Parts: sequence; C-alpha cells; structure tokens
Amino acid sequence: MTETNKITRRAALLGLSTALAAPAFRPSFAQAAPIKVGVLHSLSGTMAISETALRDTVLMMVEHQNSKGGILGRRLEAVVVDPASNWPLFAEKARELLQVHRVDVTFGCWTSVSRKSVLPVFEELNGMLFYPVQYEGEEESKNIFYTGAAPNQQAIPAVEYLMSDDGGSAKRIVLLGTDYVYPRTTNRILRGFLNSKGIADADIMEEYTPFGHSDWQGIVTRVKTFANQGKKTAIVSTINGDANVPFYRELGNQGIRAEDIPCVAFSVGEEELAGIDTRPLVGHLAAWNYFMSVQSPANTEFKNLWQAYIKNPRRVTNDPMEATYTGFNMWAQAVAAARTTAVDAVRTAVIGQEFAAPAGYTEKMLPNHHLSKPVMIGEIQADGQFNIVYKTAEAVPAENWSRFIPENANRRRG
Amino acid sequence: MTRIIALLLLMAAAALPARAQDAFLDALPGLGGNFTAQAEAVDRLGAAGDPRALPVLRALSDGRLVKLSDGTLLVRDGAAFTNAATGAAATPAEADTQRISINNRVRVALRGALGRLQIISPDAGERLAAAEGIFRSRSADNVGLLETALARETVPRIRDQIALALAVSRLVSADPAAKMAGITALGGSASPEARSLLLESRAANPDLAGQIDAAIADIDRRLAIRRVAETAFQGLSLGSVLLLAALGLAVTFGVMGVINMAHGEFVMLGAYTTVIVQDLLRGHPTLAPWSLPLAIPAAFLVTAAIGAAMERGLVRHLYGRPLETLLMTFGVGMMIQQAVRLVFGAQNREVISPPWMQGTMLLPFDIPVTANRLWILCFSLVVFLLIVAAIRFTRFGLEMRAVTQRRPIAAAMGIRTGRVDALTFAFGSGIAGIAGVALSQIDNVSPNLGTGYIIDSFLVVVFGGVGSLAGTLIAAFGLGVINKMLEPWAGAVLAKVFVLVAVMVFIQRRPRGLFPQKGRAAEA
Amino acid sequence: MSATTLHAPPLSRTRLGLRALMGAAVVILAAFPLLNMLPQDNVLHVSDFLVSVSGKWICYAILALSLDLAWGYAGILSLGHGAFFALGGYAMGMHLMRLIGPRGVYGHPTLPDFMVFLGYQELPWYWLGFQSFPFAMLMVLLVPGVLALVLGWLCFRSRITGVYLSIITQAMTYALMLAFFRNDMGFGGNNGFTDFKELLGMPLNTGAARATLFYASLLTLVGCYLFCLWMTGTKYGRVLTAIRDAENRVRFLGYDTTSHKLFAFVASAMMAGLAGALYVPQVGIINPGEFSPGNSIEAVIWVAVGGRGTLVGAVLGAFSVNGLKTWLTSAAPDLWLFVLGALFVAVTLFLPKGLVGLIQGRGK
Repeated sequence: MTETNKITRRAALLGLSTALAAPAFRPSFAQAAPIKVGVLHSLSGTMAISETALRDTVLMMVEHQNSKGGILGRRLEAVVVDPASNWPLFAEKARELLQVHRVDVTFGCWTSVSRKSVLPVFEELNGMLFYPVQYEGEEESKNIFYTGAAPNQQAIPAVEYLMSDDGGSAKRIVLLGTDYVYPRTTNRILRGFLNSKGIADADIMEEYTPFGHSDWQGIVTRVKTFANQGKKTAIVSTINGDANVPFYRELGNQGIRAEDIPCVAFSVGEEELAGIDTRPLVGHLAAWNYFMSVQSPANTEFKNLWQAYIKNPRRVTNDPMEATYTGFNMWAQAVAAARTTAVDAVRTAVIGQEFAAPAGYTEKMLPNHHLSKPVMIGEIQADGQFNIVYKTAEAVPAENWSRFIPENANRRRG
Repeated sequence: MTRIIALLLLMAAAALPARAQDAFLDALPGLGGNFTAQAEAVDRLGAAGDPRALPVLRALSDGRLVKLSDGTLLVRDGAAFTNAATGAAATPAEADTQRISINNRVRVALRGALGRLQIISPDAGERLAAAEGIFRSRSADNVGLLETALARETVPRIRDQIALALAVSRLVSADPAAKMAGITALGGSASPEARSLLLESRAANPDLAGQIDAAIADIDRRLAIRRVAETAFQGLSLGSVLLLAALGLAVTFGVMGVINMAHGEFVMLGAYTTVIVQDLLRGHPTLAPWSLPLAIPAAFLVTAAIGAAMERGLVRHLYGRPLETLLMTFGVGMMIQQAVRLVFGAQNREVISPPWMQGTMLLPFDIPVTANRLWILCFSLVVFLLIVAAIRFTRFGLEMRAVTQRRPIAAAMGIRTGRVDALTFAFGSGIAGIAGVALSQIDNVSPNLGTGYIIDSFLVVVFGGVGSLAGTLIAAFGLGVINKMLEPWAGAVLAKVFVLVAVMVFIQRRPRGLFPQKGRAAEA
Repeated sequence: MSATTLHAPPLSRTRLGLRALMGAAVVILAAFPLLNMLPQDNVLHVSDFLVSVSGKWICYAILALSLDLAWGYAGILSLGHGAFFALGGYAMGMHLMRLIGPRGVYGHPTLPDFMVFLGYQELPWYWLGFQSFPFAMLMVLLVPGVLALVLGWLCFRSRITGVYLSIITQAMTYALMLAFFRNDMGFGGNNGFTDFKELLGMPLNTGAARATLFYASLLTLVGCYLFCLWMTGTKYGRVLTAIRDAENRVRFLGYDTTSHKLFAFVASAMMAGLAGALYVPQVGIINPGEFSPGNSIEAVIWVAVGGRGTLVGAVLGAFSVNGLKTWLTSAAPDLWLFVLGALFVAVTLFLPKGLVGLIQGRGK
C-alpha cells in the first residue's frame, strides 16, 4: 500500500462516513467545524437485537439537537461505526473514533465486556463515553459516564419488593442468570443481601445458562420442584437478551403463574416483550428505572420524539434508550455550560448536571460518574407494557461499589 | 339449571340476605383503594358469596373496572358502562374514567374469591379454574362449599381437582378428624403443590408429623416415576428440535454432499415466513386461527424457491469441491442474515401461538407435558416420515437416489441430473423452512435464529451417518435424551460440552457414524 | 496445483514476483512506526490508528499463514484454528493478568480483579507459573500444540479427512467456547481478560510499546513465512503436498501419512498460538468470543481470498479482507456484510486461486 493510496483511502473513508451518517446539511449553521458524536453500537451479530435501537436513539437526538440550533452554534454530526458484537473490534472502533474521526463524545456499548474492551482505549486517548445500560458496578473510570443503573438501583429494591407483603412475602429465592459477569456479580450481591435479611443459603437456588439458551424445560421443572418445598418462592432473573423469549414461553407453558411463583427480571423490557405473547405472563415483574408506561410530561415528549423519528408504531421505548436520552441531554447541557467540547472541561461540567428525565424524576450526575435514578417495579400486562406497582419516592443515588461485596473495603481509591 | 338456582339460594340463605347485601356494598369501595385495601375487599366479597360480586371481580381481573373522580366504580363492557354497585347503566365522561390496576397480591385474592363464586358455574372450564383457585387459596371456610360442589360434580377431572381443594381446606381447618382426612387425601395425589402444602403444615401440626411424613413419602414415590418420564419427554423434545433442524441438512449434505452453511438462515427464513403469514391473516375471521398450519406450506415454498435459485446460480458451479461450497454458502448466509436484519429490523418478531399450542397437557399417568413441545415432537416425526416416503416412493425420490448413486448412469438413463440436483437442494431447503415454522414456537424470531442450530445440525447428521435418514433420527433423539439426563448434574453448559466431546470421540471410533453407508469407495 | 508434482516446481517468474511482493510489503510495514513519528501534516505520516490496526492485521496474517500450511499444503481444512489462536491468546492473557499484581482495583497481591469479586480465595493451580514470561511463552506454544497433537492423532489415525475433519474441528472450537464462557472455569467467563498494564516491563498504553509489539509481530510473521517456505520446499513438504492431493496413493507407496500430517498440524497450531499471543496485548482483550466457529471460518476465508496453497496468498488475504472490514464497518455500517459476503461468493466462484491467482494469471 503506497502512501498516496493511504491518503485517498482515508479521505474516502471520511467522506463516505460523513455522507452516510450525517443528517442533511443545514446551511443556517455558521461555518464552525461540526461537533462529532461517535456511535459505538453493534449493528450486526448477536447484540444487534438490543443495540440498534440505541443507535437510532442517538441519531434521533443528534437530529433533534440540530433542529434546535445545535450546541454553541455548531452543528452536530454523528459518526456511526459497526463493532459487530465482536469485542476486539469494539476496541479497534473506539480507537478509530477517537484517533481518525476525532469525535468529541461517544455513546455506546451494551455488554460489560464491550465496555471493558474499550475502557483502556478511552483512558489512554482521554475520550468520553456515555454507557447507557444497567450493569454490575465495580467500576469507575474518569472517561466513562454510566447512565444505567447500578445494582442498588435495580436488583436490591426488586428483591425487597418480592419479600414485602405487596410482592408476595417470598421466603425462598431462585437466582437464574446467563453465565456472565453481570448476573454473577448481581447474584453475589443479592446473596449477601438475602443472608443479611435472614434467608439461609438452603433457601437460595442459583443456576446459570449459556448465552442464547433456548431449552428451558429442565430448569423450569427444577424451579417448580424447588418452589414446592412449603415456602413461598420467587424467581430473580438476570437472563440476558435472546434467551428470555424461550424462557418466558416455557414459564407460561409449564403453568408457572405470577400469583404462585413471581419472576422479577432485570434485563427484560418492552423491547424484549415485543417478541412474546404476554397473556400467560401477566403479573411477572421487571425492575427498571424507566418504563414506557410512565406518566410524565418528559416521557410524553420523549415518546413523541421517538415516534416522529422512527415512524413505526411497533417500535417501543425502553430503559436503556431513556438512559441514552438522559445522558445525551446531560452532555449537551454540560457542553453549553463549559462553552467548549474539550473533554476535560466537559467532564467537570457534566458532574452535577440535572435533567428532568422521562422517568418523571429529576436525575443528577454524581461525582462517581453514575446517576441518581428512581427505582420502579412493573408487572407485565397483556399488551406487552408494564403496570408500575412500586416506585421509590425519590431518585436513589448509585452505589457502584456495593457494600455487599466485602472485598470492596480493600479497594484502592483514586 | 334448577340445581344451580337451588344452590345459589342455599348460599344466599346461609349468608343471611340482609347482611350479604350490606357486605357486598360495604366491601365494594375498597376495590378502588390501594393494593392492600383491594385485596381485603376482594376477600370480603368472595367470603360474602354474593352473586353480584362476580361481574365486578371479573372486570377487576380483566382490567375493565374503572373509577370516577367521585369514587364511583363502573364496569366497562366494550363501550358500555354499568355501575358496579347498582348494575345500572352509566355514561361517564371519558376523561373522568381511571382504570383500576391490580398487582399479584390482589390477583391471589381474586383467584380465591372468583373460585368461590364460580365453583357452581354451569361452564366446566370455569369450574375447573375455580377448583384450582380454591385449592391454592387454602381457607378452612371453603370446606362446606366444596363438599356441596363435590357432591354435584360429574366431570371426573373437575371432581379430582375439587377433592384436592377440599383436602387442602380440611388440612388447614381446626378439626383434627378433618385434618387427618385431608392428609390422607393429599397423600393419595401426585401433586407437587400438595407436597408443598403438607410440608408447610408440618410445622403447624407437630402432633401429626408422622402422618404427614408418610403422605409426603407417598407423593414422592409417585413423583419420582413421573420425573423419569418428564426427563425422557424433555430429552425427546430437545431431540425433535435437533431432528427438525438437521433433516434438511441430512438431505442437502447427506444425500447430495453439499455443505450448506446457510442452512441455519433457511430455518430463519422459514420462521420469518410464519411471521409474514400471521401478519397477512391477522383479523381474518376464518383463516387467522389456522395461520400456523398455513405457514408450513408457505415456508416450504419460500425457502425451496430460494434454495433452488441458490443451487442453480451458485452451488452448481462448485460440485465436487465441498470445502469451497462451505465457504461460499457461509458468505451467502451472511448476506441473507443482514438482508433480513435490514428488512425486518434486528428486534424479535412476535409469533402467535394458537390456543392448542399453549399450556400443559396431561399424558396418561398424569405426566405433564407442554403442548407446544408435544406438537413439535409429533410434527418432527411426521416430517421425517414424509421425507422417507418422498425418497422411497416417489418418482422424484427414485431419480434422486439414482443420481446420488451413479450420476453418469442416471444421466444415460435419461434423468435430467441438473434438474434433480436443483429439486433435491430445494427439497432440503424447504424442509429447513418447515423447521423454521416449528422453531418459531419455541425460540426467538430474530435474524440470529439460525446461527444457534447450524453446528448441532451438522453433528447430528455426521453422528447418525451421512446419507442415513434413520441415523439422523436416532442421533437426534439420542443426543437430546443424553443431554437432558446430564443436565441436572452437570448444568446446561457442561452437559452440552460433554455431549460435544462424546460425539467427537465417537466419530474417531466410527468415522462413518452410527449407520455408515455401505459401499466400495475407499474414501468419501 | 496439479496432482503430480512430487518434484519442487522451478522458481517461476511469478513465484519470484510474489516473493518480491512479500518483501516489499514487509519493508513498507516496517516503516510504519517510523513514519508515525513524522509530523501530522506530512504526506507520509502514518496515523496512530493505522499503526495499531496494522499490528493486529499482522497477527491475523500469521494465523492465515498457519492455516495455509495445514489446508493449502497438507489438505487439512481446520475450522477450529481460531481455537489454537485463542488458546495462545489466553496463555498470554494469563501472563498479562498476573503482571497486574497488586495494581488491580481491589489491591489483591495475586488474584486478578475478576477472581476477587467472584469470591475466589486463592489462585487456581493452572494459573501457577504464568507470572514468568518464559513459562507463559512455553504455554503459548505448548497448549495449542498438545491439543492439536491429541486431536490430530485421533483423527488422522482413524483416517478422518475432508469434511468430517472440518466438522470435528468446528465442534472442538465450539465446545471450547462454551467451556470458556463458564465463569467457573476460572478464565473470567464472557468478560475474559482486559485492562492489561505492562509486558516485559514496558507499560502497554504507550506508542513505544505499540511499536515494539508491532515489530515483534512483523518479525514473527517473517520468521513463520521463512519457516513455511523452507518446510514446504523440503522433501517432507513435497510428501505433504502429495498427501493433500492423493493420500491413499502416498500411503500405499509406504509413507506414514499420519505422522506427516500430524507434524504439519501441530506446527500450524503452534503458529496460530503464537499469533494469538501477539494479538492479545495489541487489542487489549481476550474473551471466549475468539473461539466462536464464525471466527475460524473467517480465517479460512482470508486464505481462500488470498489464494490457498501459496504462502504469500494467505498473508495477502488476511490483509485485504481485514483492511476491507476495518474500512467498511465505518464507511458502510449497515451494508458491509453484503460486500464481504459477496466477496466470499465471488472469490470461490470466479477466483479459485484467490487474488494470487489474478497476479499469476497476469504473469503468464
């Protein structure tokens, strides 16, 4: 490859990506260089099912922000890349966004492993990443802002609810999860929490399945056996992504009703339910920080914006989309406040930003780079939406270092 | 009918009419309160046994009960409203109506209350549901009601369920004789729920511990037998899924020797055809319930057509170079997957399960099996037999066998070998499409659907012996059952790893699989 | 390749041309880190990104070379070479994790972070020794080598060839993927290993470390290329080619085909392991996704695109397909799979000898 070739290749690359990804150029903007927004979500491979909606959300926000006149009088320009659900490719694409496209901010990642893969890159090149998905905590990078829930904002309140009178006073808990770090850590935290509430290890069943597990017959049968030991039992599911549809089908078909063995899930939202007939599942639960059925002016605005952009009534909104939306707005506010897109200045400005989120609460970016968020528990309805049966009075601040993991006491700080 | 009215009167008389009326009206406003108040009101309405409560509670259960700003409760029925207390028609302002939502706690109360109110329903389904509801709500107050209901029940299955509910109600009653009767009756069942209830009552009745333990041991013995049957069924069900996924491959790979890495994508296309057929027929009064069976020929035709096009356009040029075919079809699979993703979106698509494919069915000896898996198991066998018949007894099958065995001689006999190749490949692809229809009932319909099945399918075909359909059948069911037997000890992941390793080792011992093709060729 | 060449073919003009091409490519690549030091506005400046991404492509090229040795010369189409690559990567990853030492988040002196928060009390036995670089490098070669030896011995002895062998190797990498995804295995499950700090005393997040790793990879590529060149040119290599074309005839002539194939397969697996070991510190992550059967098939496709049975072709294929992928996943994020898929179809249909075939065709 000769050098001239390389230059033209790079020029072609920039030109093409601009042409493909940028919204229509608006002549009303001043000639200042556009602010570049990187979008690092898988558009192919196993994670495309979840991540494409987040790509659409960021593109919607870029378009919306431009229609409001951009930021600092500068137009926003999205740079979309496809890391293809491949973790080393995530790191490569992150490097490309930061070094070749020189983006000012990146919105991206879904799985923890993709975040772990890009983290060293963002730290080395001092980039800024907004990560919008609930995760296991145990992390805090100065270059990442975490706009999804930490375990104390989702898992623990949900289990507390199951053990309350309203939730059915569960005395035995089944922890079912996909075998990766989020369920493992969450379940470890939950076990510590349950033990502290007087539930013995004999009353906890823990089982893991591979990604995309589709044959749940045996496990559901074992759950039934475990549940028929004379104490009220509930399931806590950290089953990820694709495996949920066959799992819920099996629950429904084996006649596990929410009245008998309620199942609360942390990774099942409106998007996942779109693929299932939810009538046999009415009453099973999910814990999130946002539901599409939230009644708030901010949510109405969010949903209208989404429908105006996507133009498909079948497409729902969900929690990670709301977290992306909130994160984007906080970043935009911070850039406006800092009067620059320079990462160091914006980072300082993001902390302390408040935003009236679609969840109906004012959320705030805390110094630990996580948000304060309300916790909500919803019951699945026959129409695939959630009926909110519990929500916290106020937004709960995130504890990314859980107090139920004893090793956190020895953690190195700074 | 007269008996029902008599029973209603009996119930009303027992509860004293004047007080019952008060109880109904007293309890009703609670339904508009918070979840605690709702659950309490439902319990009171169920206990009062007033038939007026039935439509109100049903409306609450279905989300058709609305509250006005002044606290009045109305039952919505389509566009019409009736006052829950008086039964009078009402015309509220739409903006004023607020739907009353419930949670699991209220649902539990509702199940018991509706059970009490519906146990005398003329509808057998409702009576069965009612008996199940009372069984789970376990209240000593129900003994009298259940005894009456049991005396007049004629359907055996409902009688059994009522008897079970009665036993539970007796178990929690204060009368020691009734308790003993309850324990004995529950000991005679094979219900895991009954076992759970006995365990629960063991702590409360230390003096009856011996009897309770004996009853539990009785149940355990019956459950142990049932568990073996359940595991066997689950293994066969997993096997049927493997079989369906592998059958198309057994034709294209086993008979033609073409390695089609896009096979999984054909399965996926079959599932998407199901989605399209269901979307097209949605709302059609006569055809909509049959959309799933109708999707079978549609999926076959769609994938067979694509398969034929692929064979004529691409695969044909690579005959005799199986490894290149593998790479080429991998590329085709990538393109099909991305095309589906762009056209239908990356999200899961919903497939409707017809009512006969939902829930649990009871086989003889009360072995519970899920309906969708039972149907798929039968379906896989039917598809298998049809394929065998098609190859054995049709003209096309004869030509196909001829071309596979000795291509030049078949051509000399006047068989158009090119056409037979195309048809065979189309046939195999069509079977993959049919598999997609069945798999849409248990797995996600997403662009990634096929990826999960491709390796398993190849292993099943190789394990069974390439070219042997019977081998494929036995391999699929064998692997399914072994996998399910290992799962409780090893966990889902390790069970699968063990099976993979076992198959690999087996193939080392017998490289031609379980049922090797007989022939003189020194190498394949 | 004709079926009758037991003699080494004479060095034709095209063959020499290909070697010259390889030499030129190596020289240009070797200049990358130097050109990277030029000021940014210089025409010849090579961006940081290009340096780091081409370091990764070199590792892929070594993997392609190893596959070509097995497939192109010995006729063993392994659809599980990604497993050898990943095992080498894991061995290196374990070394890198051990080097983090007490600098982890939890400050534990020996346990890596993921073990600490999953509640491990002590290091599993198979992690012992990995703090030593020579031991880790030994494992990089040994683990893939032994796996290939066992699998190859079982398969070749039973005369499993062609498609069956491909399916078995695919099942092997699939089984390994499922096993490594399990957190109970002690390899970090889906998250694998990340956030490495240093290697041989140099911090990994610096340009100097990247340049060093880049040159190490390039040297390994050249070394592997020369090794393959030498090996295929010997009498052993010619017997190997003969086995590829007509195994039974060679066996009937009295050669021990099993051990010939076994040697090639094991050497190839070790090369793949080496490629994986160089790859991990450059991309900064190793996780079970590397075992996925799709990755192995993709590696086979690089060889097919470049030209099976020619060493230069394998290298060329790895560079061109991965270069295209890097470019297209940014330039056409929704459509790149079509382009790549169409390329695979077109190459198998129209260019059975790959890109090298194009060059050779012009040379004649």
